[in-house]
Amino acid sequence: MSEITLRVNGGERKIDVPADTPLLWVVRDTLDLTGTKYGCGAGLCGACTVHLDGEAVRSCVTPVSAAAGKTVTTIEGLSQSAPHPLQQAWIAEDVPQCGYCQSGQIMQAAALLLKTPHPSEQEVIDAMTGNLCRCGTYHRIRRAIQRAASTGGGGR
Amino acid sequence: MSPISRRQFLVGGAVAGTGLVLAFYIPHHGLHPVEERTFTPNAYLHLTPDGKVTVVVARSEMGQGVRTALPMILAEELDADWSQIVIEQAGASTLFGDQSTGGSASVRTTWDPMRQAGAAAREMLVTAAAQQWDVPAAECATENGFVIHAASNRRTSYGDLVGSAAKLPVPKEPKLKETSAYRLVGKSTPRLDTPPKTDGSAEFGIDFRIAGMKYAFLARCPVIGGKVASFDDGEVRKVSGVSHVVKVGDSAVAIAADSVFAALQGRKVLKVAWDDGPNQNLNTAAIVDVLRKAAGDKSVSLQSAGDVSSAKGVHFEATYETPMLAHAPMEPENCFAHYLGTSCEVWAPTQVPQDVRDSVATAVGLKPEAVHVNVTLLGGGFGRRLEHDYAVEAALVSKAIDSPVKVMWTREDDMRFSTYRPPSVHRLSATLDAQGWPVAFSHRLISPTISGQKGQPGDGGIDPDLKDEAAFLYLVPNLSVEYVAPPCAVPLGWLRSVYAAQMAFANEGFLDELAVAAGKDPLQYRLHLLAEDKEISYFDTKWRSDRLRGVLQLVAEKSGWGSPLPAGRHRGIAAFGCFGTYAAEVVEITMQDGDPHVERVVVAVDCGQVINPNILEQQLHSAIIFGLSAALRGQITVEHGQIQQANFDTYPILRMNQVPAIETHFVESHEAPTGIGEPPVPPLAPALCNALYAATKKRIRKLPILAG
Repeated sequence: MSEITLRVNGGERKIDVPADTPLLWVVRDTLDLTGTKYGCGAGLCGACTVHLDGEAVRSCVTPVSAAAGKTVTTIEGLSQSAPHPLQQAWIAEDVPQCGYCQSGQIMQAAALLLKTPHPSEQEVIDAMTGNLCRCGTYHRIRRAIQRAASTGGGGR
Repeated sequence: MSPISRRQFLVGGAVAGTGLVLAFYIPHHGLHPVEERTFTPNAYLHLTPDGKVTVVVARSEMGQGVRTALPMILAEELDADWSQIVIEQAGASTLFGDQSTGGSASVRTTWDPMRQAGAAAREMLVTAAAQQWDVPAAECATENGFVIHAASNRRTSYGDLVGSAAKLPVPKEPKLKETSAYRLVGKSTPRLDTPPKTDGSAEFGIDFRIAGMKYAFLARCPVIGGKVASFDDGEVRKVSGVSHVVKVGDSAVAIAADSVFAALQGRKVLKVAWDDGPNQNLNTAAIVDVLRKAAGDKSVSLQSAGDVSSAKGVHFEATYETPMLAHAPMEPENCFAHYLGTSCEVWAPTQVPQDVRDSVATAVGLKPEAVHVNVTLLGGGFGRRLEHDYAVEAALVSKAIDSPVKVMWTREDDMRFSTYRPPSVHRLSATLDAQGWPVAFSHRLISPTISGQKGQPGDGGIDPDLKDEAAFLYLVPNLSVEYVAPPCAVPLGWLRSVYAAQMAFANEGFLDELAVAAGKDPLQYRLHLLAEDKEISYFDTKWRSDRLRGVLQLVAEKSGWGSPLPAGRHRGIAAFGCFGTYAAEVVEITMQDGDPHVERVVVAVDCGQVINPNILEQQLHSAIIFGLSAALRGQITVEHGQIQQANFDTYPILRMNQVPAIETHFVESHEAPTGIGEPPVPPLAPALCNALYAATKKRIRKLPILAG
């Protein structure tokens, strides 16, 4: 066990877990932020996507030690006040079906818009292809990202 | 967080009603305070003075939209203010009949009770207002949560009427609205469950937790049907956080710990000697061989007309085959259970809360009524959550370790220890007359029975699912559809559309072959076989040739069938009816490096009265993408008795860069609503394979298309 300090969703959290614990389980079980989901445990589906210093990472294959001293943002902290433009766009387009993968989809999209506030269709597809959705919500995800981009969703 | 127990009381008992279960129901798990002045005219509905209308949803939300569609049906008849609707999820209950969520049945089976529930409440509110105003009830109208008496220009809200309405008798035969009066049903309406699914607050099974509970994973024999011979937990117990290592039944060992990671680490170092059992040499080739060899075995007839052997003309034969498939819902199996000696609390992402209740009760030695099953959101179902294996595991582990526990499965567990769509072989034959029209058509399905394997009662050797999924709807004078059910050692389960996708792949591919042989356009060929308006009785369903014709015509019109395609683009068409619904699809492809690239899918469905076109579009997209994943690369294979696929690298599902343009259409209809979750799946594979034939002159008779 080792004590690690994380900056999570704007607050500082000290945790005491084995250094090789995947960030996913720290976020979910230690920090009680269950919006981030387990889907594959191998970086293949993107359901566990969070931001590490603004970059989208697969928390299921990121040891918590790699997050030490860094800023972790989960779906719960994507926006501190009003819903993020992506969340508004997701609601406007009624994207989710079962909803399980959607936290990861939104976090992946948010990382895209941080870097590329007005992505082309192809840039959206390239950025989102690592995120699986078994319900097949891809078309609405694309529409929601473009809607958020058009309303200035890139900033935070 | 303290343990949450489900409280559900019957107060006053059941009253004979109108097919609707009338009873007084106090909502469970504390979502709503039980107030004195509430109005609970039936099990589905609860109104409070603040104007809130709580609708109890007795089906599981797995993405298909029941938490929106079912309340819409009730709210329509109630004339409720939609913004005041609150959803409550029913756990396993005795109030709602069969709560299974499957067979694309949620809307079609709750259409009547939800309408009656809303209409009965509306009549009581009207009567209450009329009595208060001392005017005839017939002079009162309702609108958006108010009763209105136009003659005296008075109106009062439902919330203000709940106290007096609650004292009135429940009408036995409430008057239902004319479809022309619908304000909500049939209109695109945002889903009620969307906002919490965008901010991480939606609670799935994996998210349910209580303080002090354990997390457990099970080690299972990699060989199908294998058992634990012995195990050594010495290393496991050295893992910090691991609290228990216990055998579960005779085929698994559970490792329980204070954290998910500790339980996973513990499982990694568990040493188990497995008794591999009888299946250690089982492989896919042998499984399929059993089916091929059984092709001539005694069959049962599913559908017949005339005498296929008497038909004269040119004879055609073909064999089609489909593989096993896994459901792979995004949320792997999990379940919370807390065995308390005289009761057991269960929180499960399940499609079958009542089956969970009953099988948990049997497993831990309790009466069913002592097992309280709460239903969370489901991170996808697709039929996987019609099984209750993971809930039984959770209850057994909780009892064994005397602690609340969440049993979890990894993705690899989900792929390797699931139940699978049965493999199938299809022997087809047809006789064409001199003009090329079929005068005889035979389809012999050879595929293991799912319910039979589970020991559920069959009906003269007929798997009950085939009654929804195997009708042949083209009008051929001599017809034979038969079924042979060979055994299969692989655990089988119901996967989205169950047998329908396999039946459609074979029927619609072979029909395309016949159209090619006859030198006729595949659309016109089908329309010719549906030219007559006819009812086709198939078990409990009265199918109609004109409705199948209607979706073919609609998809043809919308896809521009017959118009020239861009260079290099090819199209195929297919149609099928299952779960009461008719679906037709046109798939357009280009060829890239010898493989098909799906560019466009146009779908048309006739599912009777559409409740919410917004959700319908979602389901059509979902089914097409699901069907396309399966058609292109979906297969589960077995070597040395072990499932070979383990994660999304070896069992790929479609990604965003692989999805085609999808255009959705439906027939405007006021027929009773039928299913939509499954019926758009079956036409996809044959339409795609028919497009492939158009592109390459190569006939695909075995799925997946891109095997190996």
